[in-house]
Amino acid sequence: MSGSTPPSPTHATAAQPRHALRIFLVWLVLSAIATPLVYLVLGPHLPPGGMSDSAASQQFDMKVLTAIATPVVLFIWTYFGYALIFFRSQRGVIEDGPPIRGNRVFQAGWLGITTALVLFLFGFGTYELIHPAGAGAGEGPNPIWSPVSSSSTKPLEVQVIAQQWQFTYRYLNAGGFETTQLYLPVDRPVVFHVTSLDVIHGFWAYQLGVKADANPGVDNVAFTTPTQLGRFEVRCSELCGIWHGAMYNNGYVVSAGAFSQWLTKEQQRHAPDLPLLPPAAPYYNPGAGGGFYGSGQEPNATATPSPFPSSVTSPAGS
Amino acid sequence: MALDITSSPAGDGGTLATGGVPAARRTRNDWLRPNVLWGLVGAVIGYAIGHWAGNAIAHNWQQVQGSDQNNVSLVLGYLVGSVGFLAGLGIVNYPLAKLVGRQPPAPEEAQPGLGKFFRYTLDHKVVGAQYLVAMILYFMVGGLFALLFRTELLSPTSHVITPDAYIELVGMHGTMMMMMMTSAIIGPFGNYLVPLMIGSKRVAFPRLEALSLWLTPAAFVVLLSGLLIGGFPTGWTGYAPLAVQATQGMDSYLVSFGLMALSLLFGAVNMAATIISHRAPGMTFGRLPIFVWAMLSTASIMVLAVPVLFAGLYLMLMDRTWQTAFFTWQHGGSPYLWENLFWFFGHPEVYLLALPSFGILAELLPVFARKPAFGYRTVVAGLIGVGVLSFFVWQHHLFMSGMNPDMRPVVMLTTELISVPTGIVYLGAIGTLWRAKIRITVPMLFCLGLLFNFLLGGITGVFISDVPADTTLHGSFFVLAHFHYTIMGGYMFGFFAGVYYWFPRFTGLQLSEKIGTWHFWTMIVFFNSTFLPLFAVGLLGQPRRVFEYQHRLQGLNDWATISAYLLGVSLLIFLWNIVWTTAIKNRPSSMNPWHSLGLEWTIPYPTPLENFDRVPVVLSSPYDYGVPDRPPVAVVPEPVGVGCGPALSDPVREEDQHG
Repeated sequence: MSGSTPPSPTHATAAQPRHALRIFLVWLVLSAIATPLVYLVLGPHLPPGGMSDSAASQQFDMKVLTAIATPVVLFIWTYFGYALIFFRSQRGVIEDGPPIRGNRVFQAGWLGITTALVLFLFGFGTYELIHPAGAGAGEGPNPIWSPVSSSSTKPLEVQVIAQQWQFTYRYLNAGGFETTQLYLPVDRPVVFHVTSLDVIHGFWAYQLGVKADANPGVDNVAFTTPTQLGRFEVRCSELCGIWHGAMYNNGYVVSAGAFSQWLTKEQQRHAPDLPLLPPAAPYYNPGAGGGFYGSGQEPNATATPSPFPSSVTSPAGS
Repeated sequence: MALDITSSPAGDGGTLATGGVPAARRTRNDWLRPNVLWGLVGAVIGYAIGHWAGNAIAHNWQQVQGSDQNNVSLVLGYLVGSVGFLAGLGIVNYPLAKLVGRQPPAPEEAQPGLGKFFRYTLDHKVVGAQYLVAMILYFMVGGLFALLFRTELLSPTSHVITPDAYIELVGMHGTMMMMMMTSAIIGPFGNYLVPLMIGSKRVAFPRLEALSLWLTPAAFVVLLSGLLIGGFPTGWTGYAPLAVQATQGMDSYLVSFGLMALSLLFGAVNMAATIISHRAPGMTFGRLPIFVWAMLSTASIMVLAVPVLFAGLYLMLMDRTWQTAFFTWQHGGSPYLWENLFWFFGHPEVYLLALPSFGILAELLPVFARKPAFGYRTVVAGLIGVGVLSFFVWQHHLFMSGMNPDMRPVVMLTTELISVPTGIVYLGAIGTLWRAKIRITVPMLFCLGLLFNFLLGGITGVFISDVPADTTLHGSFFVLAHFHYTIMGGYMFGFFAGVYYWFPRFTGLQLSEKIGTWHFWTMIVFFNSTFLPLFAVGLLGQPRRVFEYQHRLQGLNDWATISAYLLGVSLLIFLWNIVWTTAIKNRPSSMNPWHSLGLEWTIPYPTPLENFDRVPVVLSSPYDYGVPDRPPVAVVPEPVGVGCGPALSDPVREEDQHG
């Protein structure tokens, strides 16, 4: 912001102190102190922490943005603070200031600096969006930024099925069983296929830095690679009805060994359910055939409600 | 609607007749003339007719099975009831008389007393005052809802109110504030002041203007009536599959938003036409007060954005009554369609809630800095630039939705680019205050508060525009705090600056500076104390619109709730200031208490019915503070043939602007 010196006085008198210089120096000192403090002291505490590569990348983004915002905010505060102290009229006196209508250098400098800042933020944000793989955000059914497949381990594919008002998970490359627990192995890329059975929900794994809207009939893909063991919160991030606030559970990042133990146990536990489920596919479509819905049994309308409110599919009166 | 108009005479034929009687019979009884009470009668009759017709058409049809609720009858009741309300007010008399080829009733003449404020009138000053009272009412009601659901958030898991009551209140608060308050500045100040500022005797379309006002109480009542039938679970955004499955309260949201959309559209058409075509001689675009420029930019956005909202609401209403499937994916519709239609309006909408306050800020700073507006042309370009860019950013609300993800960098760019024209507002403020002679008054305090709050709101907006950071922030309390800083901290502070500044113009009384100072300091302290912690709450992982949250966030939430109560107390101080100034002290203020050069302050109080006896000729910018030998802002020309020559031949002074 050093270029944005306020307008040079056109009616300078000998009594006028060098306001611009004084403001600039105050701002420079404050920024020089505050910006490193913000980046180095506050920065590591910024969310969402470092539990996965996408979370770490988002935290870095927030650190950089906060560090850039600091001198901007300080400039405005310094300037207006200074103006309110030194550019005051005497109490009860109506007197006019100098008729300054504009200053080409100041205006051009301001526009140039703000535009440059914006273009930098755009480039930085785009880079951070591509590395790593979509920054943990939902990328729709055909993601264009996927994780680099250099690692020998195959990514774990987890389908997140949102419905009013709970999440269930299908482990697609482990037979496709469905469970209410979310366990992830550490240091293995995870692909979330987020979808919904009724209204729009949002899958928000806070500490993992993953967020993807769950749209009915849409496979919304998000990537991450957990790097630390521990518990993370899963919350619904799109208003989905009256129990939206109660739609949360916890997920766990565990070691590879513990994960395979858990996987085996869960596979056995949910094996009887598998024939009732539609085939494991990125699209969770009960009507696709197979499983309970496609097995030839005509589902009893009262026993198995349609995934969508019955009102829409059969609006005619009772 | 055409059907509704022709059916209404059956309902309130008596009322209609009184509107058309000759002037001689008018004096018999004031109460029999169309007024707001007759409007209520018309509303009740209209609702009954519409409800009956709906039951006749869609007998035994239910949107939600087993609910015993007929949406068609409710929607028709709302619509015909609204038309009945307008008919009772006498609004349909003129078009109806034109339609059947009769002599339309003469316009209402100015009435002494307060009666005119409860009537449909064509005087833009009365409409502006009505708007002001209405907007304060809507704002206070919306704020009360916020206090109620903040009470629920005092505890993370134990509950004061039920989850459905909570979500109803959240939706009511959001809709009231975002929808009803869109007119908070363009309604009162735009309608009242723009003709005075541009030297016009009237507005371009006074009937549209009055209609735009009277649609707001209809929308208000329809919206509130939703509380009686279970409210709506979708918040103010009305996202699609949820809105399609919702019970009847959703219809009140759709109808009331639709009425409000019409109100915005009519008001904006009138505003733009007035500014473009009713300027006094010499009031060139280069001399237009910045507030008027802001109104023009706002009106232009409204005219372009609101029809898209209206289309969306119409489709949703069809989905809920006509059994179409625009938004249900199993039948070929798409929830994305609603998200796009809504936010194509919704993001320009938030600039409708920013530009007017920028206009007030840029208008007031020169007065209290006693300096010309700095960089006039740059600031005006900024106001227009915000308006243009606002149509290219809406998809940043869909960053996480999975829709065309490859377009996200482009939307990120346009979103961040809009901070350049927004930053120009700060450029203008910085330049205007440079070596100024600042007077600290209550309006000036609110302007400074706006600058302080909007800075934080704008900077946090950059965080949200950045897709990786938004992955954490989207849908969290951080977003909530961000837009409360821009709307409550920016827009409403601008609104209060305008109220304090122009109250003498509206009423001839000056609001108490002492009470006003208390109002300002309590408001800015408790506003920041309420919403600053909510940034942290969002960063720490609390999604919006939840009634249960993590135990670790209770301290911050409780702090915000208690501050919100105190913020409510601050607004009571404002109401007390109005009561004290008008009802208790009631001492007339001077004609131009702020020593402003603005054209609106050259008119005596009470403002004559036609504002100016003769249309003035504008000679200079309203911001020529400190200019040596400045000409008067405007002169009233001598009547032609009486004076010494046509004043219009005065050379129009060239603007000496470096901006």
